[in-house]
Amino acid sequence: MTEREEGVVTEPEASPTGGGAQGGSVDAPLLEAPADTVAGEVVLRLTDVVKTFPGVRALDGVQLEVRAGEVHCLLGQNGAGKSTLIKVLSGVHQPDSGQVEWRGEPVTFANPQAAMRAGIATIYQELDLVEDLSVAENAFLGHEPRRFGFVRRGQMARRTRQILGRLGHAEIPPNRMVRLLPAAGKQVVSMARALSHEARLIIMDEPSAVLAHDEVGNLFRIIRELTAQGIAVIYISHRLEEIREIGDRVTVLKDGGTTAANLPARDTPTRDLVNRMTGRTIEYVFPERPTGAGPAEADLLVVEGLTRPGEFADVSLRVRPGEVVGIAGLVGSGRSELLETIYGARRAEAGTVRMAGRVLRAGSVGAAVRAGMGMAPEERKSQALLLGEPIYRNVTLATFTRYARAGFTDVGRERAEADRIAESLELRPRDVRRPVRTLSGGNQQKVVVGRWLLGDTKLLLLDEPTRGVDVGARAELYQVIRSLAEQGVGVLLVSSEVPEVLGLADRVLVMREGRVVREAPAGELDENTVLDLVMAGSLMEGAAA
Amino acid sequence: MSDVTDTSTPERPAQLPAQSPPVDPAETAAAEQRAAGRLSWWRGESGEGARRNLWLIGVLVALIVIGIVTRPDLYGNSSWVWSNILVILKLASVVGVVSVGMTFVIIGGGIDLSVGAIVALAGVWATTVATQSYGAGGMIFCALTVGLGVGLVNGLLISYGRLVPFIATLAMLVAARGLAAELSDKQTQVSNNATINDIASTNLLGIPLLVYILAAVVIAGWVLLNRTTFGRRTVAVGGNPEAARLAGIDVKRHTLMLYALSGLCCGIAAIMLTAQATSAQAAMANLYELDAIAAVIIGGTLLSGGRGTIIGSLLGVIIFSTITNLFAINGLTTEAQNMVKGGIIVAAVLVQQVQFRSLTQFLGRNRLTTN
Repeated sequence: MTEREEGVVTEPEASPTGGGAQGGSVDAPLLEAPADTVAGEVVLRLTDVVKTFPGVRALDGVQLEVRAGEVHCLLGQNGAGKSTLIKVLSGVHQPDSGQVEWRGEPVTFANPQAAMRAGIATIYQELDLVEDLSVAENAFLGHEPRRFGFVRRGQMARRTRQILGRLGHAEIPPNRMVRLLPAAGKQVVSMARALSHEARLIIMDEPSAVLAHDEVGNLFRIIRELTAQGIAVIYISHRLEEIREIGDRVTVLKDGGTTAANLPARDTPTRDLVNRMTGRTIEYVFPERPTGAGPAEADLLVVEGLTRPGEFADVSLRVRPGEVVGIAGLVGSGRSELLETIYGARRAEAGTVRMAGRVLRAGSVGAAVRAGMGMAPEERKSQALLLGEPIYRNVTLATFTRYARAGFTDVGRERAEADRIAESLELRPRDVRRPVRTLSGGNQQKVVVGRWLLGDTKLLLLDEPTRGVDVGARAELYQVIRSLAEQGVGVLLVSSEVPEVLGLADRVLVMREGRVVREAPAGELDENTVLDLVMAGSLMEGAAA
Repeated sequence: MSDVTDTSTPERPAQLPAQSPPVDPAETAAAEQRAAGRLSWWRGESGEGARRNLWLIGVLVALIVIGIVTRPDLYGNSSWVWSNILVILKLASVVGVVSVGMTFVIIGGGIDLSVGAIVALAGVWATTVATQSYGAGGMIFCALTVGLGVGLVNGLLISYGRLVPFIATLAMLVAARGLAAELSDKQTQVSNNATINDIASTNLLGIPLLVYILAAVVIAGWVLLNRTTFGRRTVAVGGNPEAARLAGIDVKRHTLMLYALSGLCCGIAAIMLTAQATSAQAAMANLYELDAIAAVIIGGTLLSGGRGTIIGSLLGVIIFSTITNLFAINGLTTEAQNMVKGGIIVAAVLVQQVQFRSLTQFLGRNRLTTN
């Protein structure tokens, strides 16, 4: 795995102006392209689009420019605003401010139907087809050709056949029930629906996610045929390889804003793309690693051959007391699922989890906690906190039974213990009777971590501990994690921020598509290497081989 | 790199200072309050439940004022007022006991539609000829065991069988009443046990025994909810089941226990109701589930779980029986009564929603200013 992404693209590609129709099946008749669309003309332009929801600024000044006949890729981490942007374009949401220009005119789509009529079709990841209707009925759903109130089935079937031919899939029978088609076939039906509306812009949200490896090539062929007809495509994918193969230009989103627009999809170095996605201007301040021999004791946690089909496979790892082990990987690489399985919140299909030599019962959080594990889950608010309850009750959520006598809680002692934790973590505000919802993100995270400082936690599992945490609190959290390790607690840390993993962990595992692809001491890895490992798509490796 | 980037890093709009210090107006306000002295229970977060209960007491006072205005002749007589209060409390006692169990189930994020049916089944089972032959102790033991047993079945179906609480307890409502009809052969079973029947007629220090039972169950419920690990788990399981699970709490087992507790309360209620009627039949305690749920809801317990008070539920039951009493002393129909009750339920939920909305607005503001 030393080859860089640029080297993988071997085939000649469709040019950015949309001329390439090679690779398409010859018998697919290219029907008339929309005559009034000049290839290369800007069809869609977004200027400073802002969309807020109560408490969240989902879009915060988005710029986007899409040309006819191009494949424009949108890149961004989860929560960067891609989904909201799609919903604004497809008329589900209306922007609060900023301008959407569609084919030269400023527009606001009041509802999805309006966007559809204007010629913008969206193909969502979970395809919105009616499974028990036929291909033709799905393609023309809501605008069936009719006469005297009766659907003209013959005409509908004929036009569907025509559109399917245009997509290079004349073999799909228009009368087949959609339920009976494979995932790739359903996707073709979705596109047929877009074409039945004479769409000029098709938005595809992670279309390859539902496809098997060999079906992706077919998807790309269809996309090329569409663009050759002057149709613009907005393509969203996490897989950089795909973007390099099919994309013309890339726009990168971060925190609801555009951080870079119209980068060339093929030549922009991975590093630049990733930097713009993470947009790091933050100075990471990591505590010093202890020098010397380091932890040499027996293993605390031993995971062997852990597998959950579709999530991760055959993962083995070890954590020693006082060691910080980091797992780097993208969202969807199986890292959070792995952590939750080790913790017993998910049941492993195969493999064992051993704490201090004893095998833990699969799928039992109670067993894991009794063995000395604690976890700070990825979603603080939905997975870890009782937002309306006081801070001290959140801190003692895992331990309040220990302070109880004969089933009666000892609130005084709980408060005292929580006070002590609040003191040592420099929680602000310090008053532990306040409800957790009034705390900032960083302080909420301290509450979650602090929960496991009570009692005798031997191994702490941290899933994205600094997500949504401000810079100052981040440094404090790093300090807390390091000092825990110095006290002999083992830490298993998951983060999508590579510098965080490299800076904090003693040893690093890199995960991609459910597998550990590299394990090394943090000192032997640099950010570039890890990013390459993390982003590389095994999909294209397979195709290139 | 820069020559290919058309609009890289556009100027951020100035609405949000990028690195504003995390100052929270609510926080500073609270800090000022703390500086001035301790946060009063009234303004503080912990006073939230007390504030809501005060609202209920206000409703109760308003109902009494309406009583005084409409029947000044009765309210002028102090011995009548005292005995009327006891009438209202006695009226509230059976549903009150059921509501305590219901409060736990709803705070724990569930619902129990089968309570009325469990009361009927427990009452019928306790008054069969065979059970009555074991005497008062046997009848009480039978009612409690049946209540607990049916509650356990509910709990098993919901926690381990993964049925939706609404469906599981709806099915139990139908099935338990069916079994009760089967057991009693659709007849009214008269209780011949004097000890049981005396429960409803005995007064201690001038107060009916039924009211003491209600008081005992309410106090036990309050202690259980507010002072024990069981209560703490209930709030955690209802407030955020995933967080509770990941903190090592056995959510399934606890859910099972909540429904068992509700069933046990129904068993107690069955004895009380059988004593009052000196008989039991399959149709008894009809629609108690609605009375209990309504009382819990107007008592300020969130239907989505995670928050609620026993005292609020008790006040809810007392408000309902006061309305019934008010209509009775004015000679009005039960139909009009039901309409007023319906109105009160709607009003209570509206009040809850307004509180909820202001809460989410507060949260939204909070987040924008801190991040």
